[in-house]
Amino acid sequence: MKLIGKVWKFGDNVDTDVIIPARFLTVSDKEDLAKNCFVDLSPNFVKEVRKGDIIVAGKNFGCGSSREHAPLAIKAAGIGLVVAKSFARIFYRSAFNIGLPILESDEAFDIYSEGETLTVDLETGEIRGANAGVRVSAKAIPVFMREIIQAGGLVSYIKARGSL
Amino acid sequence: MSHPMTITEKILAFHAGLKAVKPGELIKARVDLALANDITAPLAIQVFEEIGREKVFDAEKIALVADHFVPNKDIPSAQQAKVMKNFAIKHKIAHYYEMGDGGIEHVILPEKGLVGPGDLVIGADSHTCTYGALGAFSTGVGSTDLGAVMATGMAWLKVPSTIRVEYQGKLMPWVGGKDLILFTLGQIGVEGANYKSLEFCGETIRNLPMDQRFTMTNMAVEGGAKNGIVEPDDITVNYFSERSVREPLMFKSDDGAVYERVLKIPAEKIEPQVAFPHSPDNVRPVSKVGLVTLDQVFIGSCTNGRLDDLRIVAAILKGKGVAKGTRLIVLPGSQWIFKKAIQEGLVETFLDAGAVVGPPSCGPCLGGHLGILAEGEKALSTTNRNFVGRMGHPKSEVYLASPAIAAASAILGRIGSPEDV
Repeated sequence: MKLIGKVWKFGDNVDTDVIIPARFLTVSDKEDLAKNCFVDLSPNFVKEVRKGDIIVAGKNFGCGSSREHAPLAIKAAGIGLVVAKSFARIFYRSAFNIGLPILESDEAFDIYSEGETLTVDLETGEIRGANAGVRVSAKAIPVFMREIIQAGGLVSYIKARGSL
Repeated sequence: MSHPMTITEKILAFHAGLKAVKPGELIKARVDLALANDITAPLAIQVFEEIGREKVFDAEKIALVADHFVPNKDIPSAQQAKVMKNFAIKHKIAHYYEMGDGGIEHVILPEKGLVGPGDLVIGADSHTCTYGALGAFSTGVGSTDLGAVMATGMAWLKVPSTIRVEYQGKLMPWVGGKDLILFTLGQIGVEGANYKSLEFCGETIRNLPMDQRFTMTNMAVEGGAKNGIVEPDDITVNYFSERSVREPLMFKSDDGAVYERVLKIPAEKIEPQVAFPHSPDNVRPVSKVGLVTLDQVFIGSCTNGRLDDLRIVAAILKGKGVAKGTRLIVLPGSQWIFKKAIQEGLVETFLDAGAVVGPPSCGPCLGGHLGILAEGEKALSTTNRNFVGRMGHPKSEVYLASPAIAAASAILGRIGSPEDV
């Protein structure tokens, strides 16, 4: 599957409190959560983000609280993919479970700039920049995680198998 | 004969029905206790219902605790809590707690004897790693994973590699578990243990009381760790056997177990530590803090809301007053701790000093309620995170430290040590 989107850049250690502050966790509806995604860190994000846009971040993206509201808010805001140097482990699991595509790449953060349009092949992990020559390959997704994606998330995976 | 293993590997192998496991291996493990709270349970319940099971895997092995926004702060949070309560009633969940017999999840589950050595606990809360202090494997997950556990009783886990942290030496006065973990975070960084296990050991840990061990394993996640763990010993067994009739499963790391890294920390040299904004690994010794005046001091949370913490605070506050211009908020971690604090006269000491004492709640720690910071305000807190906007306005600042430093700082109106009081 090919994805084309504009880059939103964030740095290292983006925590789930800045993705969605706890004061907005009194609801579980993802559309409501999306309204306050990155509200303190990047107040224009929700207004300007377009469906299919791509977050490119540094290391340890999604650290801190286990709130699944964070990947849900990012996905419902329209983000089609998060590429980071690394992800905090709870966010990593949750992203696959809810069907938010994520890729790990050591190079993407240093190569691509804010607002640049990227073309990404989610199957192969190949990322291409506005300048066609600038391309990187993300790390391969572990086999078990790929099974969860192919099933359509953890819920469908369990329903199809009858167990975990 | 299986290869030598760490305590974490042994507990995981046991729950996966395997003789041995190795780091990197993917396992499906049996869960002894599944936990969610008033923020994470409503989403997990949606997932459980989507999976379509009529019954939970075991109503005796699920704990649902209303603690983050209690007493409910507004109509939406009350609605969320009601979703969890209705689910608990419908499925006859054995360990459902709200106000009156509850408190903060990671304080009350050990307190009520629901977690013991050798257990495997999965919780939809990042600080689920707290129970490692009891020699259990416990880790935080998102709500979808937890919904799946409520349906199947199983969780998929990747066996983590382990960083062993050895602490040697006698602690200086006013230094405890909070200072040890903050110092350690300063050494390894907030990503230093991502996907890994942190095993705390050495002479200093063997002499550390349970309440301070809980503080250390609680903040393992602040280094990114999957779990933090302490091998069970007499201190663990005494704590557990006062609260449960279950036989503890005493797993210990084998000689020759393979560690990714061994960190040796001379604990006798560690001063009280303070984490500066906006990261728990941004630590300095209290003597190097400089002048930081405070608008608020908060004492409580799953990190430092236990009885020993409140006793230390009372010992420092006794006969003294909170500085003018500084607010001191104390929230005991559970109903039981609150009652003990009244019986021991601690609450009277807090009130005489000019503190506000409120109900057990996570409230201020996550900027939920019961003590939110305004723009530009500075707070010292005994909690676990000081991210941007964590306790209120995005332009407020949070400094993390121990209950002893918190009590002294409340008296001084600036960050300082009990030696300065």
